[in-house]
Formats: sequence, structure tokens, C-alpha cells
Amino acid sequence: MAAVLESLLREEVSVAAVVRWIARSTRGSEDNPGEAAALSSLRPLRKEFVPFLLNFLREQSSRVLPQGPRPRQGPGSRGARSQLFPPTEAASTAAEAPLARRGGRRRGPGPARERGGRGLEEGVSGENLPGAGGRRLRGSGSPSRPSLTLSDPPNLSNLEEFPPVGSVPPGPAGTKPSRRINPTPVSEERSLSKPKTCFTSPPISCVPSSQPSALDTSPWGLGLPPGCRSLQEEREMLRKERSKQLQQSPTPTCPTPELGSPLPSRAGSLTDEPADPARVSSRQRLELVALVYSSCIAENLVPNLFLELFFVFQLLTARRMVTAKDSDPELSPGVLDSLESPLFQSIHDCVFFAVQVLECHFQVLSNLDKGTLKLLAENERLLCFSPALQGRLRAAYEGSVAKVSLAMPPSAQAVSFQPETDNRANFSSDRAFHTFKKQRDVFYEVLREWEDHHEEPGWDFEKGLGSRIRAMMGQLSAACSHSHFVRLFQKQLLQMCQSPGGAGGTVLGEAPDVLSMLGADKLGRLWRLQERLMAPQSSGGPCPPPTFPGCQGFFRDFILSASSFQFNQHLMDSLSLKIRELNGLALPQHEPSDEDGESDVDWQGERRQFAVVLLSLRLLAKFLGFVAFLPYRGPEPPPTGELQDSILALRSQVPPVLDVRTLLQRGLQARRAVLTVPWLVEFLSFADHVVPLLDYYRDIFILLLRLHRSLVLSQESEGKMCFLNKLLLLAVLGWLFQIPTVPEDLFFLEEGPSDAFEVDTVAPEHGLDAAPVVDQQLLYTCCPYIGELRKLLALWVSGSSGRSGGFMRKITPTTTTGLGAQPSQTSQGLQARLAQAFFHNQPPSLRRTVEFVAERIGSNCVKHIKATLVADLVRQAESLLQEQLVTQGEEGGDPAQLLEILCSQLCPHGAQALALGREFCQRKSPGAVRALLPEETPAAVLSSAENIAVGLATEKACAWLSANITALIRREVKAAVSRTLRAQGPEPAARGERRGCSRACEHHAPLPSHLISEIKDVLSLAVGPRDPDEGVSPEHLEQLLGQLGQTLRCRQFLCPPAEQHLAKCSVELASLLVADQIPILGPPAQYRLERGQARRLLHMLLSLWKEDFQGPVPLQLLLSPRNVGLLADTRPREWDLLLFLLRELVEKGLMGRMEIEACLGSLHQAQWPGDFAEELATLSNLFLAEPPLPEPQLRACELVQPNRGTVLAQS
Amino acid sequence: MILTKAQYEEIAQCLVSVPPTRQSLRKLKQRFPSQSQATLLSIFSQEYQKHIKRTHAKHHTSEAIESYYQRYLNGVVKNGAAPVLLDLANEVDYAPSLMARLILERFLQEHEETAPSKSVINSMLRDPSQIPDGVLANQVYQCIVNDCCYGPLVDCIKHAIGHEHEVLLRDLLLEKNLSFLDEDQLRAKGYDKTPDFILQVPVAVEGHIIHWIESKASFGDECSHHAYLHDQFWSYWNRLRTPGRSSCSVFKSSLASSWKKSPPKIIIRIGL
Repeated sequence: MAAVLESLLREEVSVAAVVRWIARSTRGSEDNPGEAAALSSLRPLRKEFVPFLLNFLREQSSRVLPQGPRPRQGPGSRGARSQLFPPTEAASTAAEAPLARRGGRRRGPGPARERGGRGLEEGVSGENLPGAGGRRLRGSGSPSRPSLTLSDPPNLSNLEEFPPVGSVPPGPAGTKPSRRINPTPVSEERSLSKPKTCFTSPPISCVPSSQPSALDTSPWGLGLPPGCRSLQEEREMLRKERSKQLQQSPTPTCPTPELGSPLPSRAGSLTDEPADPARVSSRQRLELVALVYSSCIAENLVPNLFLELFFVFQLLTARRMVTAKDSDPELSPGVLDSLESPLFQSIHDCVFFAVQVLECHFQVLSNLDKGTLKLLAENERLLCFSPALQGRLRAAYEGSVAKVSLAMPPSAQAVSFQPETDNRANFSSDRAFHTFKKQRDVFYEVLREWEDHHEEPGWDFEKGLGSRIRAMMGQLSAACSHSHFVRLFQKQLLQMCQSPGGAGGTVLGEAPDVLSMLGADKLGRLWRLQERLMAPQSSGGPCPPPTFPGCQGFFRDFILSASSFQFNQHLMDSLSLKIRELNGLALPQHEPSDEDGESDVDWQGERRQFAVVLLSLRLLAKFLGFVAFLPYRGPEPPPTGELQDSILALRSQVPPVLDVRTLLQRGLQARRAVLTVPWLVEFLSFADHVVPLLDYYRDIFILLLRLHRSLVLSQESEGKMCFLNKLLLLAVLGWLFQIPTVPEDLFFLEEGPSDAFEVDTVAPEHGLDAAPVVDQQLLYTCCPYIGELRKLLALWVSGSSGRSGGFMRKITPTTTTGLGAQPSQTSQGLQARLAQAFFHNQPPSLRRTVEFVAERIGSNCVKHIKATLVADLVRQAESLLQEQLVTQGEEGGDPAQLLEILCSQLCPHGAQALALGREFCQRKSPGAVRALLPEETPAAVLSSAENIAVGLATEKACAWLSANITALIRREVKAAVSRTLRAQGPEPAARGERRGCSRACEHHAPLPSHLISEIKDVLSLAVGPRDPDEGVSPEHLEQLLGQLGQTLRCRQFLCPPAEQHLAKCSVELASLLVADQIPILGPPAQYRLERGQARRLLHMLLSLWKEDFQGPVPLQLLLSPRNVGLLADTRPREWDLLLFLLRELVEKGLMGRMEIEACLGSLHQAQWPGDFAEELATLSNLFLAEPPLPEPQLRACELVQPNRGTVLAQS
Repeated sequence: MILTKAQYEEIAQCLVSVPPTRQSLRKLKQRFPSQSQATLLSIFSQEYQKHIKRTHAKHHTSEAIESYYQRYLNGVVKNGAAPVLLDLANEVDYAPSLMARLILERFLQEHEETAPSKSVINSMLRDPSQIPDGVLANQVYQCIVNDCCYGPLVDCIKHAIGHEHEVLLRDLLLEKNLSFLDEDQLRAKGYDKTPDFILQVPVAVEGHIIHWIESKASFGDECSHHAYLHDQFWSYWNRLRTPGRSSCSVFKSSLASSWKKSPPKIIIRIGL
């Protein structure tokens, strides 16, 4: 592994090659052969690379981060999982060792099953089990470590085991960070392959995993004599080496006083080391490593994107270095470019590295919530190290609308009586009916009591409520009573816990729209304040264990206390059913080609609907997972060996409670992963240790891993998954991969070609995945741990507030009354609560109706405004534009400028939209509500429903209109302007009025295509070559022209291009007639057209040109050199037809005299045979001299010799 | 008109290396009197286009162009009135209109300093009077009027046929009192790819529910069915689909086997 990094740093291989090498070996062949060779020798190590890299970075940064702000792991908190560099070693016994949280956590495939401490019931109990919170670093150094500790004599110089007096003992939850990797013993094969001599770093045996301490400054253990193979030997040497260093180093390398619980207040008192870009050592090396690291992240080769971001943020906000740089004797400038020196030698290095990585992940950052973006954009280190990135972040912040609020729960509401299911007819007996009635009351009594007391210290659920719950369950004798109770339980669960973070918003849970619509600025501020006061400071680090926050705790404890087999079974049935139902729900899909303006309105509603469904599914799946795996979970460590095999054999017989594998496969196929995967993850997060070993679930994990790998964020394309959808999936999957019960090696073991992950879909091209259903609010709601990034940054700011002026803004509510009391006392809040209360007492269909009406009327309102107000404005714009064009002449000016002028005139009118919209909603909503509600609805209820519908519809429409009306007008006017200008453009004739066919026309005229084809045939006959027996009859010609007239008069089938071609063909035909070039069919042989016939045909043509063609006819072609040249062929040449034609053209006003003169003039310029030129000159003179005669009888050419000029041959 | 595979293949067989001229078409009509001229021309045109697509490249090598041009020059020097260009095209088995374009391009390259733009060439082909050389103008014109598969006139005919069938279809819909949105209306609504007509209220035809109709006024051979499915029909389906929604495309005439193979979502109908 080190070898790979080494060769990278020595520029033997490119970063791209390395990433390709990690991702998929097969593609390596395309690389430069040198690189491929260098890497292929290391092939067996490929899958170890990423874990190595992650652990390496963690290890390298250990001198910086123990003091940096990071999630705390205080007593009583459940934060152990959040510890990136969790405590281990000395204080850990074998059982406690697993406290260590794996931050970088990956272990190569080494001895796997000995990881201790897994399988403790984190999160299930909801309490912090001492020593159970964390997930071990996957380096799994500690499994072997304890044995070392036991077998080795106490090493008094080991500062970890025997910390110096005066240093603060490690925090209660743990001690020193460790991310050690279990040393991989060098295998026989590997030592035989001997590729190592070419690397300057020692070979495999010296992989960093053999480093016992994170504090070691030579991470690759250089300086080991070659041939050192034994791990024991290595350890011994390293130990010596370290104690040497310790003596040289005046600073204690061990836990500093701040370690353990760096509270914000204390952090503030720290003297932060300023970071300076100028003092970064070995930039190139950092850049390279950052690039490899970023590429691994970008390719989803790391298990958890956000964990890595968290780590990078930690580096960015690191406060101090533990070891003074100068004290390290190994840091001579000469070795800086190799790996012999630590990667991060100073804070400057850390920050530089962090900024390098962040630059590569701007896209992800820009999709974080607005608050995080703000903190990032205002981070002075970032500004200092990369002003460009800071600028982009600032721009992203300013453009961001992703305000995320983990809003507050109002008090719990009970599920109202459901007449359809709760009536007597649904119970087997009166007794069951009444029992259920009582149970409902007991249940709510228990719930209320829990609400009142659960936050009191010393209150215990089991002690307070356990017996009452069990007594109640005991009364549920009939099976049907169980199902009734389960229905109630599930409904209440959904109602209370659906909202953000499961924190327990009841009202919000059911319909977040109602409050969010009414929520105005003031209400929002109060909520923010409340949120800050009440939100837990940390939700448990970037990878918290599955928990039951807020009200969910009640339901979990209820299930545990009830401990009723029947109840659990009914609950599982009911949850499975509901999950199937919701998962299969046909969510409206976005029509991508719909008008964007209006669909926006609908789309918000659809996104909200998706969020509600997704959150419900996650909640249900979480409880299903909890109940389903409950019997298999326990505090004891997971079984091993034969015991495990027998358990596996047994468990593989048990059918899954819900066929999640099929649901997942179908979800992937139907491109609905964005809906299915998040709830599946919730379900799996409660699996016990055996589950991932079962074939059934292993398939699922492999599918999920492939999905994870395929979700490359930078690849965006039409029809593929949306960015935020991917981000959500990456976040939840990353979180799942950190769950202790998920085997640690699973992530890296999977070798299946990831890019082969293409679900063969018969699926819709636009599945749910491709629709932008996820927004930041939903992302943060599902993955509150992403918010840890923001907290990290905020902590940094609060710590350095002296310098940065304090970004922790005060939220100052504008009202003084009621401050500190219920925020919802404001009138808007009260209104919202009133509406809620109103709906609560009514059948659910009433609420659905009102919301439906509001939604449709709101949407229609926008459409109406567009069709009336906006359309009027567009018409105005068109007429204004016409004026403008008339006054400014043909040019009209710059279109962009024109548009600006028009918009500045018209956009202010958009303000009317709000009033019109309000009026529209007022007018339309009540009628719709009335039509949809039952006739018997009481008047008061009806009028309230109407008013709420009007209010909601208005709110919805006005919100959209006020945000978008200007843009809408602009867009429409722009389209109108470009339409008008285009029409103005090249073809003025196209704008001329076109006559249609007469009323009596029955459209029986020959089709234009047929006529063009027929005329083309005549033309080709005339032009030749032709067979001797080919020709046309004069009657046919006459008929053809007659048909042409019909077609031109019936315009039904005529399109402009066809007419143009017909016009041109008719001119060509006339030229051929004039030149007598049309072969006429006659009994003996070809003979010429009679003069009279020719004139008749020409007359017909003249009349067609004059009367029937509506487009321009290119008559000047008659005098083109080519067509006049046809005359040269005739023997004897006869000019009278041409002269006749010219005179007729003038007479009919089809061509002006001047125009013909000009054409004749230009004919002289062409090259003609001498005699032809003469005749042509005579013709011009004749035409010019003579006034038009009624019947010119001229045979100018009879005097002239037969031609010898160009002849168009006839075959 | 529906042709069996055998009928179709018999016609196609007759068209192997036949020049696209009036005479060829006439022979074809005599050979298959039972087929309409439109069907024969459509098949002829499609077969010939396939042929040209296959052989196009070899006529466009610089050596080939040079040799054609020299032959043309020699030919017109001997007799400018002879159908030099047309004979050349027929001899080397290339469409006369395309040959005319090739030679015209080469000619303009030689006589003008800058390479001629595509629009200039197109405009000269539409109106050969603009060609500066009288002899070449005649030769080009002769090629164009004698080509029944390529050239501006043929393009116009095809376009006109398409338009006429759309009009016929529209009339039929109006006559049947079916409410529809046409392409222009759909485009104004912002659709990127639209069929000719979307029915506002779907209708059932022979047990199939029809939502949109696309008119294809041509012969549907296997190739064109496939290409249309790929380029247009599926796109429409993707944009307009709701569960079970299908649609209809109307061909003037078609090969039996090919359209029967079309997917059930899209119904292909022959004749209005």
C-alpha cells in the first residue's frame, strides 16, 4: 500500500491510474504500460488500499485532531460512535476495546471474526450502555492489542499505558484514539513474489498497520532493516524507536488536558494556531494525497461520504498541533518529498490538505444547507487558502434556498375515532368493543403520562408505566382486538413521529404543508430560536447509532414493556402491510416536458407528498426492524465458530418478516431506489449480527453496495438519478455501513464489477429516481447527522469568535409579548393550530378535500393568470414591438435591448397578479369545496372549510406568483419578441395574407405532390435523355396545367415549399414551351407543338401566375441565360413566342418593363455564338422599341441561318 | 396496402443496382402493375437510399472525386450537350443529384477562392441558373430532373406528401369529431418532441386505446419501422404515457411482417 502511495508521490504513476487501479483492475490495461506494470505487481493489495489510505490519513492527523472540535463523547451521551479517533489501548480491556469508534476504520481482509465488543445493543435501549456506543476502528488493531498488553511485561516508558502524572486521565468513555489496523502477517506467496525492491519504502511487512501508535512520526516505519519480517520483531523495534522519540521530545505526546471533553466554552479559550498558506510544507505531496483521497471519495470507494467530509472539516478547523514541529529530528528538509516524514507537519498542512479536498467536492458542499454554506463561506481559513473556493461557496450560499429547519413538535394529539374501522360492527362482541374502548383510553392515559414525565430525571418508563401497559395487554384476549389496537398504535406512531428526526411533531407529521404555508417570517424566527434552545447540541456525531428520538422512545418502550408476543406479531403484520402499501404508492411523476412555470406549483406538492411517504416508510420500517429482530438481539457478543454455523443453519430457515429483497430488487428496477433504499436502511439498521451472514440478507447488502458504488455524484445525465437523490442514498447507505452489526469487511470485500451495476430495466425512463423529489430539508430530516458538519464549523466559529466577529447570530424575535412562552401564540401560529384542531374533529376526508381544493385552485390560479394577465401583456408587448420596429425602421435595434425596454415597461404590471390571484381563489375555492363535501355538512363546518381552502389556495398561488411572475412575464415576452422578429426576418411574403380555398371547395383537387411529380416527369422528358418513343401529348400538357390551377385554387393540401417548387417548375415549363423543347407524342414520330397550342398553354400559365399563385413566381428565370440558351437549339429559331410572352408579362403586370430590360441587358454579357447574340440583340431592340401590339406576328429568325451553337442533345 | 414479405422482396430484388431514373420506375410499374405508383416509388426510394448509404463513402474519397471531375471535363469538352454527368452517375452507380453536387462543389472549389458554403451549393442546386458555367448548369439540371430518389425536387415531393397526409388525417379527425392538439399547439405548449396529433380524449380502435397519432406517409419496411420506433415513437410514448396508454402511427403502405412485430404499446396502422 505504501508502495502505491510512494510511487504516486514519485510521479511514477498518475493519480487517475491509481484510482482506476483501485476501482477496477481490468481497466488498468489502457494505462501507460509503465504505470500498469508498477501497479499490477501490487494487484493483490488493491482492496486494501482504500482502508489503508483512510487509516493512514487518520493516523497522520492524530496529532492535530485530539484537540480539535469534534463530537464529544461525554459520560451519558451516546456519542461514542461519533468518535473519529476513539480511545483504546491501555484503558481498554478486551471487552471494552471496541469502544473505539472507527473513523477511518477499514481493515483489510484479515482475521475477521475476532472483533470484540460488537453486538452490544446500541441504540436499542436508547440509553447509553457503558462502553457500547462505539464502533471499532476497522483497523481492528485492538483485538490483537489486548493480547499484547497481557503477554508483554508492563512497559513503563509507554506513555499511553502509563501516562505522566498531571496529565488529565482520559475521558470516561475512552482513552486514546486508535485507529490501528490489524497487522497482516506476510504470507508465503507474497514474500515469493518479491516486487518490493523497486520501492524505496519497505515492503509489505511494514505496512502502517504494524505501527502500534498513532503518534509515531514515521508512519511507514522506515529505517527498519531489510529482511525484518516478524511482526513481533517489528513491534519491538518500533517500541524502542518510540521511546527514543519520547525522550527527545519535550512535549508530552499523550492526551492533553483538553482531550476528553472540549466544550465550546473551553475551546474558545484555546489559543488557536493561525494557519498560513505560505508555511505549508511539501505542497506537492499534500496535493497528490488529497487528489487520491478526493478521487476515492468521488468514486464512492469510501464507505461513508459524510464521514470523510466530517474528517476533512475537522482538519480544516483543527486548532493546534500536539507535537511541536521543531522537536522532530527526522524532519530534515531533504526527506520531505518521500513518505518518511509525516504528512501533516503543521496546522498549515492540515488546512491546506482539507482545502484541497474540499475544492474537489464543491458540488457536494454547494448542496448542503444554507447555514453550513454560510459558515463555510465565512471561514477565514478557507478564504486564506483558497479565495476561489470561498468565492464559489459564497455564491452558492447567496443562491441557496435550502434553509433547513428541524422544526419543533407541538404536543401530541390523539388519533381521532375512525368511524369506518372503529365501529361496533368491526368487533366480534360487545365485550371486545368495550374492551377496546377502554384500551384506547388507557393507551392515551399512558401516553399523556409519558409526555408529562419522561423528561424528569429519575423517571423510569418501566417503573412508571410497565405494569399498567401489561395489564392492558392482558385484556386484549381476542385476536381481533389485537389488530384493532395495533391499528391505533400504528396510526398514533405515524401521527406523532413522522416529522423531522422523529422528534415527534404530531401536527407537522400529518401535514407539514399547513403550518409551513402559514409560517411567515416571525413564526419562522421563533421556531428557529426554539430549535436552537431545544435541539440537542449533538445528535451523536456523523454516524450515530440507530436511536428512537423524541416520541419514538415512547413507542419503543411501550413495545418493550408490553413484551407481548401477540402484540408484536400483529404489529409486524400491520407494519409490513403498510410498508408494502406505501412503497408501492404510485407517486406522481414529474412530467419533464411540461410547462415549467405551472408544474412548479404542482411539483412542490408532489415533493411534499414524497417526503411524507418517505418519512412514514422510514418510521414504519424502523419499528418493523426493531420488532422483527428483537428476539435475536442481546447484549452477549456474537457467536463464533460452530455455534455460529448452527445458528446460521437455523436462521436461514426462517422466512423474512417482509420480503425486503424482492422489494429492493423491484425498487431498483423501477428506478425507485430513492424511495425504497432509505426505509430499507432503517429496517436493516436493527438487524442482529447473524443477519448479514444469511444468504438472503447478504444479497441485499451486495445490492446495496453496488448501488452505493454506482452513485457517482459527478456523473449526471438525463434520465439518471438527481443529485440530491443520490446524496440522500449515499448518506443513508454510508450510515448503514457504519452500523456495528454490518460486517466491517463487507464493504471492501465486495469485488463485483461495480460498473456492471446497471439494472436492466424494462423500467420507465423517468422513474422516481430521476425526479427531483429530495430537497435539503428532507435530506437533513432523514440524515440529521449531516448537520454535524455545520456544528463542527459553528464550534470553530464560536471558538474563534474574538477574531471573526462572532457568527453565532442572535435571533431576535420581533415581538416582545409571549416571548419565551409558546411561540405559537402568535396569531399565525394560532390560526394554524385552530385549523389543525378543526380538521382533527372532522373526518379525514374533509381535510383531504380542503387540501385538494386548495392545491388545485392554487395551481389553476397560476394558469389563469398566465392565460389572462400574462397573455394580455404579451399582446401589448407585440404591439409595442411593432411600433418600435416601425419607428426605428427595418433594423429595429438590438433584440436584447428591445426586450429590456419591453420588460421594463411591462413587468411592473405583474404586481396586479397577486390581487387577481387572490380574487380568483376567493371566487373559485368555496364552490369547489361545497361541491366536493357531502350535502349534509353543517353550515359552520362548510364555511370554515371554505375559508381554509381559500386561505391555503391564496397562499399557495400568491407565494408562487410573487416569486415568479416577473420571470414568467419576461420569458413569455422574450418568446414573443423572438417570434415577431423572426417573422419580420427573411420572408416578408410569408407574412402576407394568404387566401384559403373558397367556401364551396370540396378539396378534390389533385395533390400538390402528384403535380410536382408529373411536371418533373415532363421536365425530365424535355431535358432528356429520352427514348425515341417517349413524349407527351398536348392534351396531357393542357390537362396538367388545368390541374395545377385546381390545386392552386384549393389550398387545402398546399404548403409553401410545394407552392414555391410548383411556381419554379411552371416557369421552367414555360421556358421549354418557348424554346419548343417539349417532345410531343404523335402517331408517326415526334413533332412539334403547334404554335397556337403553345400560345394557349402559355396563356394558361400566365393566368396561373397572375391569378392563382399566392407566393412569388421566379419569372426572371425566363430570361436566365440557361433558359434563353434553350432557344439556340431550335431550328429554325423562333423568337415570337418569347416576345409574346414578354409582352404579355408586361401587360398583365407580372413583370415591369424595366425589369425585363435589365434581364435582357444582362443576357448580353453572357457568351453566345455570334449569330445568336445578334438575334438576341434584335429581340431586345424590338421589345424596347415597339409598343405592345395586340398580335405580334414576327418570325425574326426566319432570315437567319440554322444554328450552330450549343445544342442540348437529344438522345 | 399491405405487402407480404415475399411481394416486398420480389420488388426489392428488382431494384438491385438500378439507376434512380424515370425509365427504371416505368419498368418497375410495368413489372408490378398491381402495386400503386406511390408504393413502388416509396420502396424504390427507400431501397435506393439504403444502397447509397452503404456506398456513399467510396464516392467521396478525394481520388474518386478527382477522377469523376476529370471524366466530366473530358466529356463536356467532347460534347457539352451530351448527358455527361447523368451517364457518369449511372455508370458509377451513384445518384445523379448527388453526383451533380459533387462535381459542382469541385468546380466551385477550382473557380472560386474560398470553398463554397453549403447554402450556396444548395441554392445552386435548387436553381441551376445561378451556376456560373452554362454547360455545368445544364448538366446539373438534367441530373436533378432525372433523379427520382434524390435532389431538391424529390425532397419537395416527399415533404408535400407528408404534409398532405397530415392534412388528410386532420380532416378525418375533424370529421369524426375527435378533439386533438396538433403539433404546432403542442410545440407552443413546450413539448420538445411531439407526434402529429395528440387526442385530448383517447379513442379505442380495434380494442386498442389510442392517445396519439403520427402520420407516416411512406412505405413501412422493416428498416423504417425500426428507425421510426427508435427515433420518434418511443420518445412520444415516454412523454405521453400513462398506464396502458398506447398510440398509433399511420403508414401509407407497409410490409406485413414488420409492423406486426411492433411493440404492443404502439399500434401501426396501414392506410387511413
